[in-house]
Amino acid sequence: MNNHMEILVIDDEPEIRKLLEITLQSNDYKVKEASNAREGLSMAASHPPEMILLDLGLPDESGHIVLEKLREWYTKPVIILSVQSSEEAIVKALDSGANDYLVKPFRTGELLARIRSVLRSSVSEFESPVVSSNDLQIDLALRTVKKNNELIKLTATEYNLLALLVKNEGKVLTHQFLLRTIWGPSYINQSQYLRVYVAQLRKKMEDDHNAPLHIITESGIGYRFV
Amino acid sequence: MSNFLLHKFNKKNQYLVSIILILCVAAVSYVLSDFIEYKVVAFLLLVTVSLIAMFFDIAPVLVAACLSAVVWNYFFIPPRFTFAIQSTENVLLFSMYFIIAMVNAVLTYKIREVEKKANKKIEKETTLKLYDTLLNSLSHELRTPISTIIGATDTLQEEKNKLTEENRSELISEISKASIRLNRQVGNLLNMSRLESGFLKPKKDWCDIGELIYDVVNQLKDTLQNKPVEVSIKENIPLFKLDYGLLEQVLHNLIHNAAIYIPKYAIITVRATANKDNHLILVVEDTGDGFPEDEIDNVFEKFYRLKTSKTGGTGLGLSIVKGFVESMNGTIRLENGEEYGAIFTIEIPAEYTYLKDLEHE
Repeated sequence: MNNHMEILVIDDEPEIRKLLEITLQSNDYKVKEASNAREGLSMAASHPPEMILLDLGLPDESGHIVLEKLREWYTKPVIILSVQSSEEAIVKALDSGANDYLVKPFRTGELLARIRSVLRSSVSEFESPVVSSNDLQIDLALRTVKKNNELIKLTATEYNLLALLVKNEGKVLTHQFLLRTIWGPSYINQSQYLRVYVAQLRKKMEDDHNAPLHIITESGIGYRFV
Repeated sequence: MSNFLLHKFNKKNQYLVSIILILCVAAVSYVLSDFIEYKVVAFLLLVTVSLIAMFFDIAPVLVAACLSAVVWNYFFIPPRFTFAIQSTENVLLFSMYFIIAMVNAVLTYKIREVEKKANKKIEKETTLKLYDTLLNSLSHELRTPISTIIGATDTLQEEKNKLTEENRSELISEISKASIRLNRQVGNLLNMSRLESGFLKPKKDWCDIGELIYDVVNQLKDTLQNKPVEVSIKENIPLFKLDYGLLEQVLHNLIHNAAIYIPKYAIITVRATANKDNHLILVVEDTGDGFPEDEIDNVFEKFYRLKTSKTGGTGLGLSIVKGFVESMNGTIRLENGEEYGAIFTIEIPAEYTYLKDLEHE
């Protein structure tokens, strides 16, 4: 499926562009490059790519603003690559519509995994309601969760939380987003519920709930399902 | 002391205080003018001006000196209550008083300036020394991995054909290790400057301590290699409202430190409990060699390195730990175990909730 999918890289550092070009091309993606916000926006508009890798520290305009402008019409995945590692910057980018966020320096394997994951979820939205991940099978139509073919009993809230994470497989969902969607807007600052339910879910579905493989903590930001 | 007074009174108040002081001394002398001679009054006023000069800025001091001369002339030099001076001796006395008061004021002020400069120089020297230590350890810590990267890439580029496959992949793995080390040191420096800037404000949110500890241990898997980390978390420990990122860095540095410095056979234990006041207690201990008793008080100092430690390390890790713990109003203490090993104990008061056991559905 990823045969020559086109990815637009918007980054002002030539070294990073070079690295991304080689890495992506050797993994069968087609790469287009822009070195500033203006160029990036016009390239995205004239020939929309399958996905955009966006740097936040662009010379002519902040990547946050570029992201907002893109999101006015561009619905395909955007992954942020940035040296900014503060939780505020990450949450802000995710809230304004980034599908994922990687802090530089990043590992190539990690980047490729995230790219695969956002491209998959952007394609598979209307596919089968059953999501499998290693030993887990989640049927979103029947609302059942199986681990090694055995049914796991979940409470309604546990299931809703897991289903939300699963539907956004690979994507970081911020604490606030999870709390607002599952518990309602008045619970936005009540992260204690989220902690408890994540712990319970892990106990029920992870082999070792202390080294979770499915529900991953993004410290200070949120959770992601893989 | 002088600085303290300078800070305490702003310019306006300095003028006010100087004038009031002179007028008070003059008033007291005036009341006692039947008993003391006007020449003695001059001496008293001079002493007052000198005192003012010791503490205040030059301008208010000069004002005080002038005022004292005028007051002395008007109220004390015969004929009193006029500015006129009759005897030549008194004219001479008055001009001498005026000059001495001025010179006195200026000289005292100058001396203070010189003193200040000397202090500044000493301060500057200590900062320079600190910088030196920083630069030394930094250039070592940064240049070592950079040398590795440059050297390895050179070899890879130039000796393409002579390298065995094994050597080639070893060089690449060295580059990878060096970059990770470089990144780590930059992280340390950034954390240090966050602390130094004084703007570090913890963002508190509910933390599952178990999740946090295992998260850090899992992150450090590569560094720990086969060293076991035992984790013991008190059952039903509450959730605490703390800054996850800061606490993560604290634990990361402590465990990383232990992993690097303890011998192969030693193990690391992380314990989490809540004490009777429901403060979070975190303990990181190891069965290594412990710290030299006479250096325990210094280990949290910036850039401090144990006398016995091998090269490497910036001496920043533990000072960051202490800074972060204190930014959350916590305390950290280091002691040696009774038989062996080091024990770091962290205590942080924080909001807590036992919601964990509630199943509200």
